[in-house]
Amino acid sequence: MLSRLFRDFQGDVVAIPGRLIALIFFVLLFLVPAFIQQPYILRMLIFTNMFVIFAVSWDFISGYTGQMNFGHALFFGVAAYATAFLNRGDGLGPGWPIWVTIPIGALVAVVAGVIMCLPALRLRGTYLALVTLAFPLILMGVIFANTEFTGGELGISGIDRIADSRTAEYYVSLVVMLVSVLIMWKLTDSKSSFIRTGIIMHAIREDEIAARASGINTIRYKLFAFAVGGFFAGIAGGMYAHFLRIASPSTLDITLSFQAIIWTVFGGITSIYGPVVGTYILYPLTESLRFISEYRLLIFAVLIILILLFMPEGIAVWIRDKIERECPRCKLTNVSWRHTCRACSADLY
Amino acid sequence: MIEGIIVQTLLKGSVYALLALGFALIFGVARVLQLSHTAFYMLGAYGLFIFADAAYLGLNPILAAIISIILTTGIGLAVYKLCIDRVREHHVTVMLITLAVAMVFQQVMLIIFSGQYRSAPSFATGYWEILGVRVAYQNFLVFAGAGIVLLIIWALISRTRLGIAIRATAQDTEIANLMGINVSTILFTVMGVASALAAIAGVLVAPTVVLDPAMLWPPFVMVMAIITLGGLGSVKGSVVGAFIIALVETLVVFLLPAGAFLKGAFALLVMIIVLIFRPEGLFGVVFEEERL
Repeated sequence: MLSRLFRDFQGDVVAIPGRLIALIFFVLLFLVPAFIQQPYILRMLIFTNMFVIFAVSWDFISGYTGQMNFGHALFFGVAAYATAFLNRGDGLGPGWPIWVTIPIGALVAVVAGVIMCLPALRLRGTYLALVTLAFPLILMGVIFANTEFTGGELGISGIDRIADSRTAEYYVSLVVMLVSVLIMWKLTDSKSSFIRTGIIMHAIREDEIAARASGINTIRYKLFAFAVGGFFAGIAGGMYAHFLRIASPSTLDITLSFQAIIWTVFGGITSIYGPVVGTYILYPLTESLRFISEYRLLIFAVLIILILLFMPEGIAVWIRDKIERECPRCKLTNVSWRHTCRACSADLY
Repeated sequence: MIEGIIVQTLLKGSVYALLALGFALIFGVARVLQLSHTAFYMLGAYGLFIFADAAYLGLNPILAAIISIILTTGIGLAVYKLCIDRVREHHVTVMLITLAVAMVFQQVMLIIFSGQYRSAPSFATGYWEILGVRVAYQNFLVFAGAGIVLLIIWALISRTRLGIAIRATAQDTEIANLMGINVSTILFTVMGVASALAAIAGVLVAPTVVLDPAMLWPPFVMVMAIITLGGLGSVKGSVVGAFIIALVETLVVFLLPAGAFLKGAFALLVMIIVLIFRPEGLFGVVFEEERL
């Protein structure tokens, strides 16, 4: 049993450089608090973990099913406000503990996602992008108009922390991030023999009419994608609100929606690990550029234009194509500096 | 109050019509959403400020307006050549790139002029009193200027060879190409016309509003709602839609408490309702491949 597990580990993780790098990276992430104690860096990494969930959930919805969602901040903001409302103990909300409010907030975000999906069932491409763009903006107007209930520009403040110490908060965010990314990665795995969603979502993106003709209820799967993606974006939003101890209108901001897209496109769309890489590179980078804050957004925007023009597949996919090569005969992934396949010894060139 | 609503609607509507028309022209011909469109409106307004303000160059306002419009058109054409042209086929990429372009312009203006509110010198001072509402000469100028430009564009599209080529390209790019129309030249021309329209709107409005680099976002939302209401890519629809949305906005601001926050929400609500129940808009055509 143990030896078989070890053999699987050797064949499926160590032999594939991309997975080996991912494994080493996550082990290092677990060891970070042992070496780095500066609250500033831990805080930055906690934000990165939350935004990884957010970006990956955008990739799950839009990258995999091809339904362009330009208002992903809707889930984030709805969940942030829902958790803050359920957690506040000042008489307006029920004052529930954090372990209840975050999942329920995420479920509220799922409901929002399904409502948003209703037009998405009929619209595609540009039209869908316009509708999804509109929802967070509408909600923002409502929040600013009802100041006594939502706090207006100040938001709902004074809610509980995630944990008592910065290190504990870091581990909570890291574990939640790992579990969420793993679940979404398995759900989109198109080679899996027992989960069909991955291959079906690929089919919907490539040709929805053909997928329908093959007997797939595409509407059901699009709803599924919006619900799951909305749930995880909601988890990220709830954690964000509890970490900052405030739910503010900036969680619905149009720039937040676009940051999810930018991180994903930078790392590599339709790949799950792409947004992880993209967020871990871009978010700490832009955070550390705070001292030239007026140039930060400018650099960011120019970077996006350059990436989209010259490296449209994204940086993670670009690197993966450099270090991995698929065997033409048995479709097994090999290190790119091998000349023959490790399983069937076919020529790799 | 009714007089106030009418005057406000006409003013807002004519500015929105100029902006939405350019947007609709680009969408009609290239079938891409050029999201940096209102950035050119902002650039046009700032151009007037730079060239006409006494603290900077202090030129005659009319001359400054012309220079500003020409410069902004040049910037629009450069953006098209450098960023949009090579990814034109990928609609989502175009949306992302043009949004990034809008952010670049906003940040550059923020760095040069900081976030301070500024105002451009006006072309004419004074006001007329109509039906008890004071209407500044500048506002008449906005309305008249927009009307003249809209007439010119209408004549250009319906009466000239270029207009025929534009309409043919909008109808079917490939067939237009087979008929000997140089599609990329048409796209280039339309991009220039659209940028010029946005710049004209900016120049006309600049003396009546406060200038700040974030001024491109409120009309951005409104223009989205307008072109969907009028039918994506429809020129007539964008002008009619502009006045309808302007009326909705003015009514919300005048009649509802906290209406200033809700005007965008109402316009977008109109857009969503139109998209769900009549996706082709008021005057649009149904594109089979874009719906399911």
